[in-house]
Amino acid sequence: MEFQIALMLVQDGITNGAIYALLALALVLVFAVTRVIFIPQGEFVAYGALTLAMLQAGVVPTTVWLLVGLGVAVTVVDGVPALRSGRPGRLLGVAGWNLAYPLGVAALVSVLPLQSLPQLAQVALALAVVVPMGPQMYRLVYQPIASAPILILLIVSVAAHLTMVGLGLLFFGAEGQRTPAFSDASLELGPLTVPGQTLVIVAVSLALIVALFQFFERTLYGKALRATAMNRVGARLMGISPALAGKLTFFLAAFIGALSGVLIAPITTVYYDTGFLIALKGFVAAIIGGLASYPLAAVGALLVGQLESFSSFWASAYKEVIVFTLIIPVLLWRSLTSRHVEEEE
Amino acid sequence: MKFKRLVASVVMGALFSGAAFAQVKVGVISSSTGPIAMVGIPQKNSVPLMPTKVGNLTVQYIPLDDGSDPTASVVAIKKLISEENVDAIIGPSGSPNAMGVIQFAAEAGVPLLAPVGTAAVVLPMDDKKKWVFKTTQNDQLIADALVGHMAKHGIKTVGFIGSSDPYGENWAKVFTESAGRKGIKVVASERFQRSDSSVTAQGLKLLMAKPDAVLIAAPGTPAVLPQITLYDQGYKGKFYQTHGAALPEFLKLGGKKVEGTVLAASLMLVLDQVTDAHPSRKIAIDYVNAYEKLHGVKPATFGGNVFDAGLLLKAAIPVAATKGKPGTPAFRSALRDALEQTKDMPATQGVYNMSPADHSGFDERGRELITVSGGKWTLIP
Repeated sequence: MEFQIALMLVQDGITNGAIYALLALALVLVFAVTRVIFIPQGEFVAYGALTLAMLQAGVVPTTVWLLVGLGVAVTVVDGVPALRSGRPGRLLGVAGWNLAYPLGVAALVSVLPLQSLPQLAQVALALAVVVPMGPQMYRLVYQPIASAPILILLIVSVAAHLTMVGLGLLFFGAEGQRTPAFSDASLELGPLTVPGQTLVIVAVSLALIVALFQFFERTLYGKALRATAMNRVGARLMGISPALAGKLTFFLAAFIGALSGVLIAPITTVYYDTGFLIALKGFVAAIIGGLASYPLAAVGALLVGQLESFSSFWASAYKEVIVFTLIIPVLLWRSLTSRHVEEEE
Repeated sequence: MKFKRLVASVVMGALFSGAAFAQVKVGVISSSTGPIAMVGIPQKNSVPLMPTKVGNLTVQYIPLDDGSDPTASVVAIKKLISEENVDAIIGPSGSPNAMGVIQFAAEAGVPLLAPVGTAAVVLPMDDKKKWVFKTTQNDQLIADALVGHMAKHGIKTVGFIGSSDPYGENWAKVFTESAGRKGIKVVASERFQRSDSSVTAQGLKLLMAKPDAVLIAAPGTPAVLPQITLYDQGYKGKFYQTHGAALPEFLKLGGKKVEGTVLAASLMLVLDQVTDAHPSRKIAIDYVNAYEKLHGVKPATFGGNVFDAGLLLKAAIPVAATKGKPGTPAFRSALRDALEQTKDMPATQGVYNMSPADHSGFDERGRELITVSGGKWTLIP
């Protein structure tokens, strides 16, 4: 194998690895704070990418109606107890976030000349549509069973995943979409030509990781999330609302997912069900980090990316087998080296 | 309470008396959800266009969705046979789905018209597969056309990249054999997944082998990704695609980068360019117009495969009706015999000539060589 080919494979692996790293971080975060193994993570990737594609085609994205529908559901679920407890002021707040915001976004996408907007504005709109579904989903699906055992949360996650895939087919149709690249520029690095999109992906991933680090280290909300992840009961005793922590976590996870979708849409064809496999590889990376360590998960993601890239070169028919088989030695190694703590009886 | 019972018995009576009319029941299984929904949706949408009256018999279609899941196909086919007592079944959409249901159709003696890609459903012919008819061109027919074009244009080496599913695997096999007979060498054979976000590595492997041309075999729009990747990597040779890429979205997703691609598929892509003499032309135009009127979009070829199954049945039902009443084993068996004797029947995909050995029945009128020129499908004369 020539050196140049190896370099190109490494570059391809880094591009994919960066996306897996983002998703792995989101999975670790969600698991640490809420104990949910967030299988629908991948759906946010597909929703983000395909919503952007619809916006760029000048069509009002159908996902907006899901946003409105979920908003109505949350308003009912949160509003009725607020009314009963005689706090109409609270109702106003609930309705503001869950009715006014989705309707505002819906109005915005139906009024604006979508096709002629600058690309960044389209991306911002796509994120504005998809990301709030994260906290809405937490409120409707996970919050009522927040203290259930991990297994039940996992089963609910599977159900949420299947529902979102089905809705995705309804919203976007069976055909895949591609969006134009953010930048057509490319960088000459010795023998290697790095396409602009790769640079964008790596740069955005790095920026996001740094931003997340800052968020967790320096802000009150970030510290609250870390506290919840370390000790749920203790954090609650300190006055940190588990519901708020959950919603915030899901907001971040949905944001990371949708952003990853926007990033990969120009380099591959995204289908309504593409997200699952991408998130599954992020999950392999998260497992390498023991669903607990962020740096290990990021390293794992780069490893998965490289493994995928080189195995598709050497034995393309067995690529997925090789990538997912990686999980076995990793689990073996983890179970041999770390002591298993039984969390639930 | 008494009134309720009365209503119930009237309703039941009405239901059962309905079955007394001379009616042919046809089950349609399509994958209108799940990973191969892009194949199943046009198929499901073609059902309302199929003939509902044949002679003095009415034909009732019972559409079911298997969610692209082979297990669900088996459940659907058992339901159609035992609960609905169907006379024939059209479907399922996917090759693995069809492979899984053959034995159940054969055991119950129900003709199965499979609109699937793989020739394995009718070849090699045996006691079970004699109940199966296939309304798509065999891969062999398409491969021979492509290899013929390659040989004519002096191509000696070909790189192959196929989807990692039965479609890609079968193409790898059929194409390698076909190319070998013409002295064309397959210098690299790669696989990729439909959901892959990158095929850079496979592309590099193909580039290193320096083939004169590259053949991409994948069903539907996934066929675009390898071609774009290779184009971006600077591959300058000729691109070939299979009939799996024969859909409008291929042009939309590929844009300028798929210009000059050669593929062989049914005439449905180039209806406006085929001569009037082609026996399928009018039928295909009528089908496309009717479909567009009903659904607002043009159908992918996959829909035509199901529509053809309806036409085959339309031709065979009157023959079978002379041997038995619909709903009886005698009728089903006669229907199978009649389907097997279909001769020179034009339909949207080409002209069918069935025989006991050939249950697909296409000849060279079932495929046209097509290239992409100026962003449009163009017939190669």
